[in-house]
Amino acid sequence: MLIKVTRTSDCHESDVTPESLYLSRRNVLGATVAGFALGCLPQWASAGDAARYPDVEPGKAPSWFSEKLPATQWGAVNVKDEAITPFKDATHYNNFYEFGTDKGDPAANAGALKTEPWSVVVDGEVGKPGRYALEDFMKPYQLEERIYRLRCVEAWSMVIPWIGFPLSALLKEVEPTSKARFIRFETLQDSKSMPGQRSGFALIDWPYIEGLRLDEAMNPLAILAVGMYGRELPNQNGAPLRLVVPWKYGFKSIKSIVRISLVSEQPKTTWQSIAPDEYGFYANVNPTVDHPRWTQARERRLPSGLFKPNVRDTQMFNGYSEEVASLYTGLDLRKNY
Amino acid sequence: MRYPFWRIGVFVVVLVWPLLWLYQAWEDALGPDPGKVLVDRLGLGALVLLLVTLGMTPLQKLTGWPGWIVVRRQLGLWCFAYVVLHLSSYAAFILGFDWSQLGVELRKRPYIIVGALGFLGLLALAVTSNRYSQRRLRASWKKLHRLAYVILGLGLLHMLWIVRADLKEWVVYASIGALLLVLRLPPLARRIPRLTAKKASSAK
Repeated sequence: MLIKVTRTSDCHESDVTPESLYLSRRNVLGATVAGFALGCLPQWASAGDAARYPDVEPGKAPSWFSEKLPATQWGAVNVKDEAITPFKDATHYNNFYEFGTDKGDPAANAGALKTEPWSVVVDGEVGKPGRYALEDFMKPYQLEERIYRLRCVEAWSMVIPWIGFPLSALLKEVEPTSKARFIRFETLQDSKSMPGQRSGFALIDWPYIEGLRLDEAMNPLAILAVGMYGRELPNQNGAPLRLVVPWKYGFKSIKSIVRISLVSEQPKTTWQSIAPDEYGFYANVNPTVDHPRWTQARERRLPSGLFKPNVRDTQMFNGYSEEVASLYTGLDLRKNY
Repeated sequence: MRYPFWRIGVFVVVLVWPLLWLYQAWEDALGPDPGKVLVDRLGLGALVLLLVTLGMTPLQKLTGWPGWIVVRRQLGLWCFAYVVLHLSSYAAFILGFDWSQLGVELRKRPYIIVGALGFLGLLALAVTSNRYSQRRLRASWKKLHRLAYVILGLGLLHMLWIVRADLKEWVVYASIGALLLVLRLPPLARRIPRLTAKKASSAK
């Protein structure tokens, strides 16, 4: 499915300044060539990875990430004819209540989150439980780029190029026992770096918990992401490790994971605990089942301008029916929303 | 007309916000979902204006300055105007002028129903806000306009249904609203102390 679309802004091989010209640049600076040459410089400097997408702010990637990135399988899954959301919008319009409830709060406050060193606990019904340093945790996996639609339960959506690996590969690695029927994820709890957890009026019982049925977790579309837009995850997007399940509402895709447990009982997830009439365990994108407070039949694809609103019909399973519908045969999706 | 500059000043200060937000939306400064931001800001603005309007009488009692009462009707009408803008932007940017969907929302969503009731209440107050209605309705006018407190309750309930994860902001507005309501209870209202004996106006 690798489709290489050449952007008009991409530099061609022929655009690259010849080495001789580059070496003698002091002589040619000042000529009209200068502007052109400078324009191409950052392209070489960043090895062309973040430069896959325009206007991506470079971050400080951990070394394990930089080492893995060149082997990434780019565009392993793509969307057809849908524009990728600008990086600025994907990183400045976030729900990450640990950093505040406004959409801009995560971008403003997540800088305090310390993602290195990071460790992940794997426990419960697994053959290989343990606490892993993230760089060791990541060792077995090859990174892939997955360009997915992201549909928020609040009726807005984006298209995001994630970098990660299939959750099924992790499950193979940790060897679930026969008792394991669900997978449960937990976000970091650290009120020092997460101001939302300090609020005395928060209705959320921290830490944030999410979960999947084991067969959902084994679906090839479910991934654990460590990067997006050709770079490591920005903190506000759930660095350093997050879940992405594109056929479910965004709140299922839990961020900044510190614990992964295989369990026999369906885990009590955060939003389901706060408002069970509004947020179910499954939370599959479904245009025919409304949220009690608004319709889910349509979505605002962001950016959606004031004078040219970008409203589109929501698709069943967010357009991934072919891959996931079989998981739910015989299940009443009206009751199991 | 008394206090013309004070009145005009209040007029300009309240008018400036929606214009600023519209300009920001135009300039893409409201982020990728400006319609939603406008709806939220106008709604919150209307709530703040309702609280400010209801605060005028206690302030007048507290300070003895009649300027507070002079702008009370204007502020109430501004609250109504913000609600009208809130509704229009909801219709335009959230519903996309899909009126059949509005029918569905009005039947099925409690928070929309509560908001709509609040709007009808404000509409009644706005329509009867002129001198003519005051004269015609006489004693019942005062009773009718106590509806403002009911509308405040509806507005707060409307907001409570929307903020589900963190009640901090809501608690601030609700406490101010509760304080204003308590201050109007007759036994308390009579005891509001005059802070300054006879205050000369500070504004022109």
